[in-house]
Amino acid sequence: MAKYIFKRLLRSLLTLFIIVTIVFSLLRLMPIEGYFQNFEKMSAVQVELGLKELGLDKPLPAQLLDFYSDLLHGDLGVSNKYRRNVPVTKIIAEKVPVSMAIGLTSLGIALAVGLPMGILMARSTRTKHKIGDKLGTAFIVLIQAVPAAVYYLVIQFYGTKYLDLPMQISSGRPVTYILPILSLALGNIAYYAMWLRRYMVDESNKDYVKLARAKGVPASAISRKHVFRNAFVPLVQFIPTSVILTLMGSLYVESLYSIPGMGGLLVNVIQRQDNTVVQGLVLFYAAISILGLLVGDILMAIVDPRITFGKKEGGR
Amino acid sequence: MPSFRFKDHKTQQLSQSVGEVLSRNYSESEFFEFAPYDPTAGERGGYSNYSYWGSTLRSFAQNKVAMFFLILMVGILAFTVVEPMLPYAPEANTIYKGATNLAPCKEYWFGTNSIGQDLWSQIWSGVRTSLLIGLAVACVEAVLGVIMGVLWGYVRKLDFLFTEIYNIFDNVPQTLVVIIISYILRPGVSTMIFAMCLTSWLQTARLVRNQVLIIRDRDYNLASRCLGTATWRIMVKNLLPYLVSILTLRMALAIPAAIGNEVFITYIGLGVPLEIPTLGNLIKAGQTVMMESTLSYQLFFPVIILSIITISFYIVGNSFADAADPKNHVK
Repeated sequence: MAKYIFKRLLRSLLTLFIIVTIVFSLLRLMPIEGYFQNFEKMSAVQVELGLKELGLDKPLPAQLLDFYSDLLHGDLGVSNKYRRNVPVTKIIAEKVPVSMAIGLTSLGIALAVGLPMGILMARSTRTKHKIGDKLGTAFIVLIQAVPAAVYYLVIQFYGTKYLDLPMQISSGRPVTYILPILSLALGNIAYYAMWLRRYMVDESNKDYVKLARAKGVPASAISRKHVFRNAFVPLVQFIPTSVILTLMGSLYVESLYSIPGMGGLLVNVIQRQDNTVVQGLVLFYAAISILGLLVGDILMAIVDPRITFGKKEGGR
Repeated sequence: MPSFRFKDHKTQQLSQSVGEVLSRNYSESEFFEFAPYDPTAGERGGYSNYSYWGSTLRSFAQNKVAMFFLILMVGILAFTVVEPMLPYAPEANTIYKGATNLAPCKEYWFGTNSIGQDLWSQIWSGVRTSLLIGLAVACVEAVLGVIMGVLWGYVRKLDFLFTEIYNIFDNVPQTLVVIIISYILRPGVSTMIFAMCLTSWLQTARLVRNQVLIIRDRDYNLASRCLGTATWRIMVKNLLPYLVSILTLRMALAIPAAIGNEVFITYIGLGVPLEIPTLGNLIKAGQTVMMESTLSYQLFFPVIILSIITISFYIVGNSFADAADPKNHVK
C-alpha cells in the first residue's frame, strides 16, 4: 500500500514537472507586451532594461532554473498587469475561498439530488413502463449533450427574466447565489445520477441480488443495503476530484455572474495577457487536478479491498 | 514474399497437433471440401447466416428515437452543405445597410444582428465552421486513437512504455491544454483544431488498447492465427467489429464536445476571429444583447440550432454504439 502510494506520488510529481516545464517554455514564445503595463509608451532601451530586471534576457534553461528555485521558496512572481506588483500567490489565496464556497455548496446539492435520482432511476427500470428511468435519461442526455456554456446562458436568461433574480452576485444577499450554484450543480447531478444508475443496474443483475429477491427481501431493502452500497464504490473515485476541482472555480459561471473567484481570474488575466499570472494559475490548476486524481485513486484502493495495487482500472 | 504471421508458443502447440493430423493420409476431398449452406443442419450446428452489419443496422432501425434524430442529423448536415449553393444565398458576412437588429421577418428569416448581417446565413455558415472543427477533431482522434491503441495493445514490447507515457499525460486537464495552446498560438480555426486534437486521442487509444488486449488471445483469434490468416484480416474481421462500437461512440461524442469547447474558448476570448462566423462567435454576440427582450432572438436561434445538432449527435452515437456491440446481437 505504502509502496503504491509512493509510486503514485512520484509519478504525479513527474507529471507536474513536465507540464510546468512545457508551459514555462511555451510562454517564453509569447509577445513581450505581456510583461509591461504601458508597453506602447516605452522606448527600446527601457524595454531591454525591464526585461533584464525580470531576468528574461537569460537563456531559457537559466530562466527555468530561476523559476524552480523561486517556486521551491513559494514564490510565483508578481503580477504585471492585473494588479501591479502583487504576488501571484497572494492573488490566488484571496480568490480560492470564494470559488470553494460556491463550488462545495453546489457539489453538496448535486450529491443530495443526483444520488437519489440515480437510485430512483435504477429502481424504475424494474417497473413496467420505466417512466422514471425515461424521464431521468432524457434529463441526463439534455445536460450532457448541450454544451455547458449554452445552458448556463439559458439559465441566466430565464432566471433573471422570469424569476427576477439579479444577474450579478452581491455578498450578503444569499438570493443572488441561487443561479450560479444551480448552474454548477446541474452538470454534477446528471453525472452522478448517470453513473450510479448504470452501476446499480449492473449490480442488480448479479446472482446474490437475484437470490435475495427470490427469498422475498423487500425491494427497497435490496436496493438500499446491497445494490447501492456496491454500486457506490466506483463513484467514490470521482468525489475527491470533484471536491478539489471546486478550488479551480468554474471559468464560465464565475465570469457570467461576476463572481470574484479563480475561474473569473484566469479569463481576466488571459484577456489582459498577464503572463506571470497565467503561468502561476496554470501551475496551480495542473497541481490540483493531479492531486484530485491521486486522492481519488488512493481512496478507491482503501474503500474497495478487491482492487489490486499498481494496476489502473481499465477504460473509464 | 512471406507475409507477416504472428507466432507464439500457443500457436506452435496448435500447429504441431494440426501437423500430426495432416501426417495421416487423407484424400484431398475427405480432408477439405466446401459444404453447401443447409439451414436445418446449420441450426443444429449453431451456424447462422449472421452478418455483422446487417444485425447492427437492424437493431439500430428498431430504435425509433434514434432513427428520428438520425434523420434530423442527416438533414442538417445535408442542408449545411447545400445552403451556400442555393440561388438566393448571400455571402454570410454581407452587411445590409439600414437593416440592423431587425426581428425575424419574411426577408430575414432569423432577423439581422446589430451591424445588419443576416442571421440565417450567419448561423449556417457558423454551423459549417463548427462542424468542420468537430469532424476534424473526431477524425484525428479516431485515426490516431486506433493506430496507437492497436500498436499499444498488439505489440507487447510497447505496452510498458506507452502505459507510462499515458499515465503522465492523462493527468493533464484538456481544458487547460486548449486554453494554453490558444493563448500562445494565433487564434483561428486550425489553432483550435490542433489544440483539441493534441490530447483527445489519448482516451480513445486507451479504450482501443483495452479491447485489443482482451480480444487478441481469444480462442477464435488463436485459431485464425494457426490457420494462417493474414494479420490484416484478423484485424479487420476479428478485431474491428469489437472496436466499431467504441469508435463510433467516441467519434459521435467528440463532435458535440468539440463544438462545446469552441463556444467555451470563444467565450473566454481566445476563439476564432470575429470575421469568421462560428456558433461560439454568434452565441457570444447574442449574449451581449440578450437582456433586451426584443433582441433575445439573436441568442436563441444559434443556441437552438447548436442544441439540436449536439443532441442528435449524442443520441445517434449512443444508440449506434449499443446497436454495433456484437454482445447485443445475441438474443
